[in-house]
Amino acid sequence: MDNSGLPGSVTQELLSGWARTSPSSATVWAPDSSDSIRKHLGDDYPRGIVARGLGRSYGDAAQNAGGHVIDSTANSEILNLDVDRGVVTCEAGVSLATLMQVLVPMGWFPTVIPGTRFVTVGGAIASDIHGKFRHGSFCDYVEQATLTCPTGESFAIGPNETGRSLDAYWATAGGMGLTGVVTEATLRLHEIESAWMLVDTERCNDLDECMARMLDSDDVFRYSVAWIDTMATGASLGRSILERGNHAPRASLDTKHAKLANDYSPRFSIEAPSWFPNKLINKLSVKAFNELWFRKAPKSSKEHIASIVSFFHPLDAVLGWNRIYGSRGFLQYQFVVPYGAESVVRTALERLAALGAPSFLAVLKRFETSNPGLLSFPMPGWTLAVDVPCGISGLAELLDGLDDLVIEAGGRVYLAKDSRLDRSRIEAMYPRINEWRAIQESLDPHGTMQSDLDRRLGLKENSH
Amino acid sequence: MKNALGRIESVLVLGGGSDIALATVGGLVANRARTVVLAGRNLAAIDAAGNELRSAGAVVTAVEFDALNLESHTNFVNDTWKRFGDFDIVILAFGSLGEQSLDERDPLAAAEVITANFTGAATVGIAVAERLRQQGHGSLVVLSSVAGERVRRANFIYGSAKAGMDGFFLGLGEALRGTGAHVMVVRPGFVHTKMTANLKAAPLAVTPDKIAADILRAISHGSELVWSPPAMRVLMSVLRHLPRVVFRRLPI
Repeated sequence: MDNSGLPGSVTQELLSGWARTSPSSATVWAPDSSDSIRKHLGDDYPRGIVARGLGRSYGDAAQNAGGHVIDSTANSEILNLDVDRGVVTCEAGVSLATLMQVLVPMGWFPTVIPGTRFVTVGGAIASDIHGKFRHGSFCDYVEQATLTCPTGESFAIGPNETGRSLDAYWATAGGMGLTGVVTEATLRLHEIESAWMLVDTERCNDLDECMARMLDSDDVFRYSVAWIDTMATGASLGRSILERGNHAPRASLDTKHAKLANDYSPRFSIEAPSWFPNKLINKLSVKAFNELWFRKAPKSSKEHIASIVSFFHPLDAVLGWNRIYGSRGFLQYQFVVPYGAESVVRTALERLAALGAPSFLAVLKRFETSNPGLLSFPMPGWTLAVDVPCGISGLAELLDGLDDLVIEAGGRVYLAKDSRLDRSRIEAMYPRINEWRAIQESLDPHGTMQSDLDRRLGLKENSH
Repeated sequence: MKNALGRIESVLVLGGGSDIALATVGGLVANRARTVVLAGRNLAAIDAAGNELRSAGAVVTAVEFDALNLESHTNFVNDTWKRFGDFDIVILAFGSLGEQSLDERDPLAAAEVITANFTGAATVGIAVAERLRQQGHGSLVVLSSVAGERVRRANFIYGSAKAGMDGFFLGLGEALRGTGAHVMVVRPGFVHTKMTANLKAAPLAVTPDKIAADILRAISHGSELVWSPPAMRVLMSVLRHLPRVVFRRLPI
């Protein structure tokens, strides 16, 4: 096919998600401007097109085998910053890392940030990402966005719009990039007094204790997360470290930190080597690491001052940490279940421990709200995220079994993390998917928006 | 699409009557592969062979394919893709042992064995590779043979053809690196199948199910070369380096 008409660079690349599984090849187009996306999204792409940001979704959401992929990081300008109102307008390829670098010294913070700052605004909208903040996900704090559709149309969408623009917004929020391409967005920011966090850390001896403490006292913290040692079994199942924090008010800072009150300067300490043996992450190595991590945390520590990076993004310090799992890659299983279904979290931890799946990162968080996003993940309840190396036998069947428990409890798995869900379970997890399909089809009547995730899960009707 | 744990949805078998291929597809279907296309010369026979897969939940279609009709291969591949869409895995499983004692004195019969094992595999292989390249993903699993690793007096027509196809597909695999498409060459030892029913079993002989299990594991690992059983690799590496005077005296 002839790609010579596309303005900007065009290359053939093998793409995979953050977990490095199921790579596929696509024609990657880095448009010379957002305007070019508007002009060319309606072109004929025999195997479709999808936008990709920084490639942090774990599975195949930003891949399009044999088709086209837009490298949206090519368009990453901050267009307008209204310091009085606390809103920023930027191109969709801007990363939260860039936004934070600009905003934090000025006393503003993105309202919702995930566990890595290397995500683009466009990707954050497409996945309706969430983080340690419990009161809503990314798309709850978008004031307006510009959506370009394959029909060539480009229009404002947002939660305050009406009619088609409103429908298109809630189909795009969490819509995994299949409604078109968001080229610009205006975000509502959170005002902060300093670039520091006041963090409370506590050890919890088991899952019940951890959940009880979160329910009891989360409300005095803006952010909360529990790190669970998945290798602990029996009576100490769910042994965890609870980390909760707030932005530090200026008055709370000692002189040393007050001097650097607005200093936000993330540094990279290490880069993971490019090659790791496949068996590096095993039961023994993880058990040792988890034990160390648990012992290192204070039994209880109140209001210690931490940097934004160390609180929100400890893993970003090791660039390319996804490579430690070796060539076979890994996956992250993340689900949410409503309050009352705590037993599903327990069962998931029990079964993963019984299988001997080594996992450093089991993260338990809570949501207080959901939004009208038709494919949005968050709902009031518990969300557990577990990283597991792929090579473990019996893993596929175990996760299928957990899917059934999650569905029974009225929960769902997170599409931005998924790389293995069976398509037969999508409708039970996302009961409003038919409404989404109708809107998606009206925005993309010829089926131009395509991705490997969609091919695998059949999110769109009649998709192949 | 293949998922992160190696599950696939669609598979095409060239040589749909192959015991090894059918056992492999059985494993894929048990792992929820849905679309199975079995291609071969004897339509009625392969259609019947698909019944077990149907009862396991797959949608099985038998289509006509003649490995010896080289001119038909490109159209066959294009038509099959048009009809069924992407394939996650293509298994190239056809081949012919021939009748060595007769074929080695009959040039055209020898040529037919070589076409069935090598030339026909190459032509359909190139056509399949082109489709995999275009779809940006997928694996071509090729049944080679340890017979090609060191060619023996007793079956040198078959053995040399397998040697050729083995090298061809290893090379094709290199050519496809970075395209999302992947080639896996499988070197089974002696397998108890329809094809070998009249032969005396060789050392390390195994069943098609055993080979299939090795292939399935290798698919989820993304391997490029598979010895089955794995001990075959050691045995063949010894045999390969024996001086000819010794090799020709071996009772194999």
